[in-house]
Amino acid sequence: MSKRTIIPFGPQHPVLPEPIQLRLVMEEERVVEALPAVGYIHRGLEKLVEKKDYNQCVFLAERVCGICSFLHSVTYCQGLEEIMSVTIPDRARFLRLIWGEVHRVHSHLLWLGLLADSFGFENVFMHAWRCREMVLDLLERTAGHRVMLGVSCVGGVRRDISDEGLADILRTVDALQKEFDEFVPVVLNDYSIKQRTVGVGKLTKEQAAELGAVGPVARASGIARDFRETGYAAYGEVGFKIVTETAGDCYARMKVRCGEMYECLNMVRRAVAAMPAGAINVPVKGNPTGEVVARLEQPRGEVIYYLKGNGAKNLERMRIRTPTFANLAPLLAMLPGCELADVPVIVLSIDPCISCTER
Amino acid sequence: MLNNELPVTRDTLLNEVAARRHQGYRFVTVTCVDLGDRFDILYHFDKDYVLYNLRLSLGRTENLPSISSIFFAAVLVENELKDLFGIPVTDLAIDYGGRFLLSEGSPVAPQRKPDAPPAQPAQTKDGAVK
Repeated sequence: MSKRTIIPFGPQHPVLPEPIQLRLVMEEERVVEALPAVGYIHRGLEKLVEKKDYNQCVFLAERVCGICSFLHSVTYCQGLEEIMSVTIPDRARFLRLIWGEVHRVHSHLLWLGLLADSFGFENVFMHAWRCREMVLDLLERTAGHRVMLGVSCVGGVRRDISDEGLADILRTVDALQKEFDEFVPVVLNDYSIKQRTVGVGKLTKEQAAELGAVGPVARASGIARDFRETGYAAYGEVGFKIVTETAGDCYARMKVRCGEMYECLNMVRRAVAAMPAGAINVPVKGNPTGEVVARLEQPRGEVIYYLKGNGAKNLERMRIRTPTFANLAPLLAMLPGCELADVPVIVLSIDPCISCTER
Repeated sequence: MLNNELPVTRDTLLNEVAARRHQGYRFVTVTCVDLGDRFDILYHFDKDYVLYNLRLSLGRTENLPSISSIFFAAVLVENELKDLFGIPVTDLAIDYGGRFLLSEGSPVAPQRKPDAPPAQPAQTKDGAVK
């Protein structure tokens, strides 16, 4: 047996956008075992909820993650609306879907750029992030901010999108589709990218199910599970197609996310076409009493919010399980057997977000 | 009270979790709620987008048996419970020793409410302890 060494990968590493350490047990260049170490960015956000009014916590939830911020606040609001038996207006449900799907496109483009950066493909990195700028500019024009939209509230949304704004969304979606048509096939068929991703970091369907993988990680291993299927917000009316692959490697995870970007654009088009008129929120009175588990499909997978209120203005407990937390155990199954040089690509292939994992 | 909830005890927990596994449920997460005098430990499982919940009422000084031998994915969140609430979890598949989310010098069990002071024995007017 070769001599075993332990290499600390992270928390400071050129390809890691956020701090996580993997203690890699190596036999020469091959990974035998990996153990994650987090705790570099724990902020105690769940504890802070006990000190804030439940309406203020909408903004707190939004700041759990700097990428899927809007979807965190929507999950929180959906949970409280269920506890307080609030039915939000139809237009608010459609607006939540549109901003949510636009957010998903921005998250996947950010991820694609980072993945390309992890194997040194700077052109793809820059092109993906250039497209992402188009998405962020659209968010700013429709919501007033590029990342922290601040448009969610318990009872609906705070801000409407005008007819001109909806037309702007359609124009941007068409422009994005044109960009995707040009560069996504190149990305998926490029020899160098395939060399670095095909057959790398494999996760079988059985492993994905056993270890509780969620989101594109699970779908790339053949598990057709997407919480949007339950029809929350306006997904029931707009409909969508689950994108799945079966290979379970880094390439399959990339293919799933690229397919989802197209699907997001289609959903936004259908939502704009079917946008109902009317109010965008309803007044909410009283304080929450009871407990609920709210779930929603974020770009990285299923997010869980457990909320408990006792009739006071502050919640008694908020607990968040983010998709990256669920995908850490599957990551440990992808790494053994790979080369050290493949570790950054495999880690990036789960689209890790450590800030929201630690909260 | 959540939908699809089953109360369990420390003695029945592992059997119930194993039953969920045999029925094809996916482990989702564990939630701990500090009630002041006890902890509510909620185990969430999913099958076909429907959650199934086990609720364990745990005394403040009691040990919590780990379910990581049944669902390995639970090992990280059980370490989190140990860090944030100071709950001793036994038989963990990987034990971070209270250093999963927290580092040296961090507050101890920051999400645990202060333990109630022990009840003072009542005294009569002449000072005698009842």
